[in-house]
Amino acid sequence: MSTAAPPKVIRQGPAPDAPPVLAEPTPRWKPVAVVLLLWLAVWWFTKGTDTLVLAGRDRTPVMDTLAAFRDRMIAGRESNPVMVVTGALADALRGTVSFLQRVISIPDDPRPVPQIGWLGVTAVATWVGYAVANWRIALLVLGTFLSFGAFGYWSHSMDLLIMVGIAVVLSLAVGIPLGILAGTNKRANSIIEPVLDFLQTMPTFVYLLPIVLFFGIGSASAVVCTLLYAVPPLIRISAHGIRTVPPTMVEVADSIGLTRWQRLLKVQLPLAKRTIIVGLNQTTLAALSMATIASFVNGPGLGKPVLDGLRINDTGTALVPGLLIVAMAIMLDRATTAASERGDIMARGGGLPPRLHRAILIGGGVLAAVAVMISRQSLWAAEFPDLGWGRAIAKGAGDVITAITDTLSPITGPFKDAITYALLNPLQAFLSESPWWLAAAAIALLAYVLGGLRALVPTVVCLAGMVFFGLWNNAMVTLAMTLVATILCMVIAVVVGVAMARKRSADLLIRPILDAGQTIPAFVYLIPCLALFGPSRFTGIVAALAYAAPVSIKLVADGVKGVSATTMEAVRSSGASTMQQIRKVQLPMAKASLMLATNQGLLFVLAMAVISGMVGAGALGYDVVIGFSRSEEWGKGFAAGATIVLLGIMIDRIARRAAEAAPDQWKRFPMRAPTGPF
Amino acid sequence: MADAALSVQNLWKVFGPNAEKLIGTPDLELSRKELQAKSGHVIGVRDVSFDVAPGEVFVVMGLSGSGKSTLVRLITRLIEPTSGTVMLGEENLTTMDEEKLREVRRKRVSMVFQHFGLLPHRKVIDNVSFGLEIRGEDKTRRRARAQNMVDLVGLSGYEQNFPDQLSGGMQQRVGLARALANDPDILMFDEPFSALDPLIRRDMQNEVIRLHHEVGKTMVFITHDLAEALKLGDRIMILRDGAIIQIGTPDEVVAAPADDYVKDFVSDVPKSHVLTLKWVMRPPANSEEGIGAPTLPDTTIVRDAARTVLATDGLVRVVNAQDEFVGVVDDEDILRVVVAEEG
Amino acid sequence: MQVSINRSLKTLAVAAVAALSVSACGGGDIDAKTSQNASANASNSAQAGKCGTINMAVNPWVGYEASAYVVGELAKSKLGCTVNYKDLKEDVSWQGFGTGEVDVVIEDWGHPDLEKKFVKDKGGDGSATDGGPNGNKGIIHWYVPPWLAAEYPDILDYNNLNKYADKFATSESGGKGQFLGADPSYVQFDEAIVKNLNLNFKVVFSGGEAASITAFQKAEKNKEWLIGYFYEPQWLFAELPLKAVKLPPYTDGCQADPAKVACDYPDTILKKFYSTKWASNAEDTGVKLVKAFQWTNEDQNIVAKYISQDKMSKEDAAKKWIADNPDKVAAWLK
Repeated sequence: MSTAAPPKVIRQGPAPDAPPVLAEPTPRWKPVAVVLLLWLAVWWFTKGTDTLVLAGRDRTPVMDTLAAFRDRMIAGRESNPVMVVTGALADALRGTVSFLQRVISIPDDPRPVPQIGWLGVTAVATWVGYAVANWRIALLVLGTFLSFGAFGYWSHSMDLLIMVGIAVVLSLAVGIPLGILAGTNKRANSIIEPVLDFLQTMPTFVYLLPIVLFFGIGSASAVVCTLLYAVPPLIRISAHGIRTVPPTMVEVADSIGLTRWQRLLKVQLPLAKRTIIVGLNQTTLAALSMATIASFVNGPGLGKPVLDGLRINDTGTALVPGLLIVAMAIMLDRATTAASERGDIMARGGGLPPRLHRAILIGGGVLAAVAVMISRQSLWAAEFPDLGWGRAIAKGAGDVITAITDTLSPITGPFKDAITYALLNPLQAFLSESPWWLAAAAIALLAYVLGGLRALVPTVVCLAGMVFFGLWNNAMVTLAMTLVATILCMVIAVVVGVAMARKRSADLLIRPILDAGQTIPAFVYLIPCLALFGPSRFTGIVAALAYAAPVSIKLVADGVKGVSATTMEAVRSSGASTMQQIRKVQLPMAKASLMLATNQGLLFVLAMAVISGMVGAGALGYDVVIGFSRSEEWGKGFAAGATIVLLGIMIDRIARRAAEAAPDQWKRFPMRAPTGPF
Repeated sequence: MADAALSVQNLWKVFGPNAEKLIGTPDLELSRKELQAKSGHVIGVRDVSFDVAPGEVFVVMGLSGSGKSTLVRLITRLIEPTSGTVMLGEENLTTMDEEKLREVRRKRVSMVFQHFGLLPHRKVIDNVSFGLEIRGEDKTRRRARAQNMVDLVGLSGYEQNFPDQLSGGMQQRVGLARALANDPDILMFDEPFSALDPLIRRDMQNEVIRLHHEVGKTMVFITHDLAEALKLGDRIMILRDGAIIQIGTPDEVVAAPADDYVKDFVSDVPKSHVLTLKWVMRPPANSEEGIGAPTLPDTTIVRDAARTVLATDGLVRVVNAQDEFVGVVDDEDILRVVVAEEG
Repeated sequence: MQVSINRSLKTLAVAAVAALSVSACGGGDIDAKTSQNASANASNSAQAGKCGTINMAVNPWVGYEASAYVVGELAKSKLGCTVNYKDLKEDVSWQGFGTGEVDVVIEDWGHPDLEKKFVKDKGGDGSATDGGPNGNKGIIHWYVPPWLAAEYPDILDYNNLNKYADKFATSESGGKGQFLGADPSYVQFDEAIVKNLNLNFKVVFSGGEAASITAFQKAEKNKEWLIGYFYEPQWLFAELPLKAVKLPPYTDGCQADPAKVACDYPDTILKKFYSTKWASNAEDTGVKLVKAFQWTNEDQNIVAKYISQDKMSKEDAAKKWIADNPDKVAAWLK
């Protein structure tokens, strides 16, 4: 107990002379095993009864009520106050988007081209890159913008930038105040926190259905979805930044006699600035990935050509815009990071001599202005010349991928069958053929055993919700797939993560691949997955793995790397073999990270349920896809979406409570690292 | 004591859900452990009263958990007291409204923190002038004042550095300069040097002594280091479990510990460095005893007296501040103190 | 150092001013094009009825895209209309009629429930109008890959399907033969047909068109057993002529009760639907064009092939067909 800690904490702990009461940790696997065995026993006698299967196109009254609600809202779009407000908002957003599009991305009739052509936009962006960061970033920006045009996706890229830009600006306007509120006010936080949990557990696809109802199809819905998806990390991280301003600093502020506002503006915000910019970075990347998905509701951007590629079953065609999205992500990531560091570097006298810097800034500004003027005058500077690179790469890549899948497919089929028969089918039979009351009771009991009352209550609420929405059986099927995918995910994560942690060269090699894997839209790799495994639940699992594994691998790698060098030195000096080092020391000591990685893996996999539905995984994902496509199934789609959310919250709550005391990271970071597209 | 710079009367701090209701009930007589078990309340500070004279360096000493850090925060209400009064000169801090309290914090009391509490995004000069900026002083004036303070603490030339470019000792000098910049009536130090290494700590202690000589501020100094307390304090207050065990001058504390706890505490102190002749002399047998022998004031520290006493055959006479003959010491008295230390 | 920076700055500024003045005086080629466009617009409207905006829903299959882009590019190039393509699923497109976000659905495969909701005669709110046939005919059947039809010709009769059921089994079909269903948004009665014809099959949905196409391509390439729901017009037939399996023929009313269906799918006359409000501008040349548009499955398959096989952009594919078929185009523009 140090006297430096805030005195309240000192006093609230047990008095120093009282020995600390430490509960003996009871091994939890025993009661868990008992519950599972009981479940298995009852299942044996009751399987196949009360499974709440909802056949084919059947619907429950709840679903019809939901659809009726939707119809009422649509019918009342002129009179219903909510619809009128959202309608007006949607008009404003659409107007803004289309205005910006006419400036940089689409012809502003009667002009044959946008107001500012590629040359001007590229020059201005490069200049901004230099102004906010440094010349390296300026070069990166220049290269990225040129590649947008060179590969033939200039207009789509600008659209995506516009969408991300609007969403980020709105996120800042909404997120920073809410973050400050959540960081400084406990009560506000207790309201905001669960809402963020909810938003971040919800698979991105599930957003689209209700949002389109209120904001119509097109760019307005796309912006709103993107905002909703992108703002939680900003709120969470800025609140965290404010909250972790050292208590001494708050005391200093008070002892000098600052008012609350002065304290916020002069002490808390400046000290939290670094953290808040990390939040901004996360928000930008989240916006990028969601804006890509929003092409499903006709949101403009690079997501569209990706979907086009899917439509004609051509991976190559989808790959090029997919990689441009990755390039844009890298550019935005590096630029925001460098911009956040620049202030400090400059203040400490780093960087170029100030005069030279100013000269470059002014000179560059003038050049950029000239470029803008030229691009407004001359066609060559307005319309990016068609270099045909994109098509060439698409064709080449398409051929390579086809060759690879052709070679591999004799092996992949048996592999798929092995996993399906050995793992997936038994687990699915166990979960989905249990009577609903048995499965529900067993899950609730497991929640209690693992996480006590605080896990039991949300679990029961979620289970009740699942029964209410009427898709119990499909929920169990999806759960089975999710669990299998998570197991595979963790196997991969541990193997690759440990390798990365132990070998720096492996880390350097693998990490960029993981970054790209997290950013590239899933649509790009759906076709190769299908070519390898055919439409099946396993293909859904593979697609989910491709999305979830990078996050889990990184968490495991970082956790294992976090084991202190001194400890490892001691272990090595005691003569432990490599396997002993990993099994007895590194993995146990990285337990917190492993648990976090598992939880994240689960949520990521679940978030892919809808995409999995598109490649034959069925169950809840399939229901969402139907609801999206067919008017009369809207209620079912919504119910399926809600059920996915409930599953996610339930799993997350159980996992979190089970690991309560463990990891610091848990609280610090958003549940779903917002870098991936789904 | 009406002319005290700071006067604390019957100050209590009880942490817990119903702290206010507890004041005045017999529950407060319970030990910490019992009270916590009974009602979940923890006593931080228990019925503390003391006065600090203008210009005095008043040291609050205690181990961690003794309530000393809480106490210093209760004084300026960084933590709200449960009951009791704090008078700053003529003004009652405990009943002040927020606005008024802020004025006091801006102008009359400054604090130096254990971990310095410097704003990392501001340069040294801007950290020092921060309080003045908050007070709304114009830029040239606060710059000039801050520059003076930077010079005063010996940081000239480092004005444009950021805190993280300075060593720990230098950072705390910035903290000192910031506290002094406000020209407060009272400076509070919350274990300011405990995070510094021993050599730097000694320098900083000397710095405080020097500053005290130069600016003559009233100081309340929190520490867990007895040597530091003895070195700096005009008076020392020893706290344990939130309650006062003893208040006294350094030699009083060492020579006449109030209880076993304090005795244990001071047992390792090199007594010859602290005790004055007052504590080792014996009363004269008669007013004529040792007449003609050298005379020393009773405030002479034993170590300093040793040479004279040991060089003298027989007694040395001791006189008090009024030059009255109050006692005698001989070799044996001195050696007893010095030898006890060696053992 | 300072001096040289200042000097280079000055040089730069001079150069910039020079460049600006040159570009300003020169009057770029864009301005010329702009005024050309503007006068073209003006003369268009001055002539016979002008063309406004067409919000063209683009449903997610290539055949639809072919129709939509041929109409759209024609309207753009010949009539000077503003054409907005909107990539949307069918259901969402229909909702767009009411909000003004969608003006035209160029290929509709029959959505009685949507018609009931939006078409006046069917009891809807009247935001949608039936535009009649677009000339295409939708054909839905059960199909097998060509190699299978060649090696086991008797498989093309549903009566023989049970004989081969175990060959069709996969990890997904739980011991029975697998029947590959399609995108969930299509009208399908396969579960009922399987049940009512006592076929030992289980319907497993592919989840999307891409999945179905890949499955058929893979089956042909690797000589795998596959049977599934598929349809024409579809560009895949240009590459892979799937063979239809004969089911009991369609008779009127045999699909009336979805649970009792035991017959083949009927051919569907594909239709156009308009936003009522948009279509009421009878003088608008764009409206006239859309109303006049009709073409055949063969026409559509050609454009679909340009897009999917030849990897042309949708615009270019449409423009190529327009250039190659002046007579048909002229008839629509009359």
